[in-house]
Amino acid sequence: MKYVDEFRDGALAQGLARAIAQAVKPGRVYRFMEFCGGHTHAIARYGVPDLLPANVHLIHGPGCPVCVLPIGRIDQAIRLALAEKVILCTYADTLRVPASGGMTLLRARARGADVRMVYAVSDALAIARANPTREVVFFAIGFETTTPPTAVAIRTAAAEGLANFSVLCCHVLTPPAILSILDAPAVRGLGGVRLDGFIGPAHVSTVIGSRPYEYFAEEYRKPVVIAGFEPLDVMQAILMLVRQVNAGRAEVENEFTRAVTRDGNTKAQALVAEVFELRKTFEWRGLGTVPYSALKIRAAYAQFDAEQRFALSYTPVADNKACECGAILRGVRRPTDCKLFGTVCTPDTPMGSCMVSSEGACAAHYTYGRHQDITVVA
Amino acid sequence: MSSQIKPGYARPLDLKQGRVELAHGGGGRAMVQLVAELFARHLGNDLLAQGNDGAVLPEPGGRLVVATDSHVVSPLFFPGGDIGCLAVHGTVNDVAVMGGEPRYIAAGFILEEGFPLADLARIVASMAAAARRAGVKLVAGDTKVVERGKGDGVFITTTGVGVLPPGLALSGDCARPGDVVFLSGPIGEHGMAILSVRENLGFDAPILSDTAPLNGLTAAMLASGAHLRLMRDPTRGGLAATLNEIAQQSGVGIHIDETAIPIRPAVAAGCELLGLDPLNLANEGRLVAVCAPEDADRLLAAMRTHPLGAEAALIGEVVADKQRFVQMRTRFGGRRMVDWLAGEQLPRIC
Repeated sequence: MKYVDEFRDGALAQGLARAIAQAVKPGRVYRFMEFCGGHTHAIARYGVPDLLPANVHLIHGPGCPVCVLPIGRIDQAIRLALAEKVILCTYADTLRVPASGGMTLLRARARGADVRMVYAVSDALAIARANPTREVVFFAIGFETTTPPTAVAIRTAAAEGLANFSVLCCHVLTPPAILSILDAPAVRGLGGVRLDGFIGPAHVSTVIGSRPYEYFAEEYRKPVVIAGFEPLDVMQAILMLVRQVNAGRAEVENEFTRAVTRDGNTKAQALVAEVFELRKTFEWRGLGTVPYSALKIRAAYAQFDAEQRFALSYTPVADNKACECGAILRGVRRPTDCKLFGTVCTPDTPMGSCMVSSEGACAAHYTYGRHQDITVVA
Repeated sequence: MSSQIKPGYARPLDLKQGRVELAHGGGGRAMVQLVAELFARHLGNDLLAQGNDGAVLPEPGGRLVVATDSHVVSPLFFPGGDIGCLAVHGTVNDVAVMGGEPRYIAAGFILEEGFPLADLARIVASMAAAARRAGVKLVAGDTKVVERGKGDGVFITTTGVGVLPPGLALSGDCARPGDVVFLSGPIGEHGMAILSVRENLGFDAPILSDTAPLNGLTAAMLASGAHLRLMRDPTRGGLAATLNEIAQQSGVGIHIDETAIPIRPAVAAGCELLGLDPLNLANEGRLVAVCAPEDADRLLAAMRTHPLGAEAALIGEVVADKQRFVQMRTRFGGRRMVDWLAGEQLPRIC
């Protein structure tokens, strides 16, 4: 595959592995958080840790849209599907996230709810056009990458007068989540987790640009290297981070220059700003309530806001007590630190959200990396 | 004055405009007519012509292997095939990878009221062509009709019967550390062909399903004299599921090499676009074989002489591993697990 295989080249990977091995100082440990689930997935799928020196640790961050959805939001979607009998459209992994009382959207479907998996929000619009007598709700999740298409869909629905279409908006923002991690006591030294830098988001950064990360580099003295989602991108970013740490620098560097600029996609930003505004506060799974960390639909488009149309109230629901998803999403714990991991919680029967999506830290480790946890007797 | 009545006359089935009606499954004349004018016309042979409740088969001359498979694929017609040929290949292949020589199949049809007879005729003709290609006879069949909305056009269940050569004992629990693992051709084509025609997922370049009968290939492999431990066709769940099944059953680990696994660029690109792992995509004309290491060259040569094995490759080896893990050396140089698919990647693929 042209323009893809080049970024997965084994020989180049070996070269980068050697460069990283030469760059690291033997006496110190480097702890980098990859914020995005896309990176988590790539790291696990291509076996990147096998190519890293033992003193370079990768810590999974909260950038998996499905993982950070709190139970209360899934409950809202299930209520819409079961009680309000809407056609509920959403992206695939969302269907499997556990909600209250052992329910998931998939189980709601088995009980008669009309829940449909879509690949794009435009599919949900098409379903609304084809079913004018039914209410169609798009359960919108994701970071800044998936937000512009939702904005376009709402504008399209307004322009067409598509009265049966609405959006349950659970779009969240990357910078406040990073801030929340940096401000968490655990990261500041009280709980023992230290971060030496961030591998910055790929697709999110194409939209928001590299500028928003400058604050973290300056204020928190944390180097950020924005990296693409291919394994060579990740390796290159690690090398750049190691060099920054060694030199005592804390800057925003851009490894993903083929797609990311400092200002990002200003057209997309304008679209998002026209349709959405900041929520004062939003509950995240793992991070708790984070101020100004999510979007809601502006009053001008209120008729397309499912929360208003169906007068939905939000009830927070606590995670299973034994589930460590919260600590794992903050980078404080690793998947294998959780008692449920690989026992009652597996990708087939997930208890926590990190085990649901292939971008989740637990699912990625279970699916691709659990051979590392066990000494194989040959 | 003579009567206008023509004794025994029935208006022929309207194979252009006609549709399946409840009467076609009702046990009356309409059903007899459907069987005669549509099914028997395409699939008829001496054994089916016996016309009894069951077919009496000749003495087989060996141990029998029986396999059954239900087919519910959506859409019914897809690039490279349709539910008709798929229903024959699915069962023929299950018999073939057991080492059996497939001889007979029986087919049960569940038809939905309102289904176009023209489409049914296409499906049955495709089954007949597939059966001829595979050298099997359809010897028993059944047709039921369900009310409109209670089915999805056509569901077909087939059962295959084959004869095993004397002494042959292929089984999923026979893989041993040191054995080598072969794959007969590029992976993921059936799964990607189905995906490509599903709603809103059109690709410009058509990817054809690999659906094909494997009994010619398996016969060539058996004739090579190589010490085969087992063969299996990686259908639903893909190569990943099949390797995990073998590891579980045999109590071993399997190590494969990503660079050795054949895959067409279009399938790889489709997976990239849709975020799918080709190791999880279904195949309908591929097989995995495990053989003793000393016979590796002989088996590979035999596979490559057959058109369906032209791109056969040695993809890995069996290792001792109490955990029964399947692991893969990635193209990138790292190592990762190859796990079963969690949940469902694609609905209704075969």
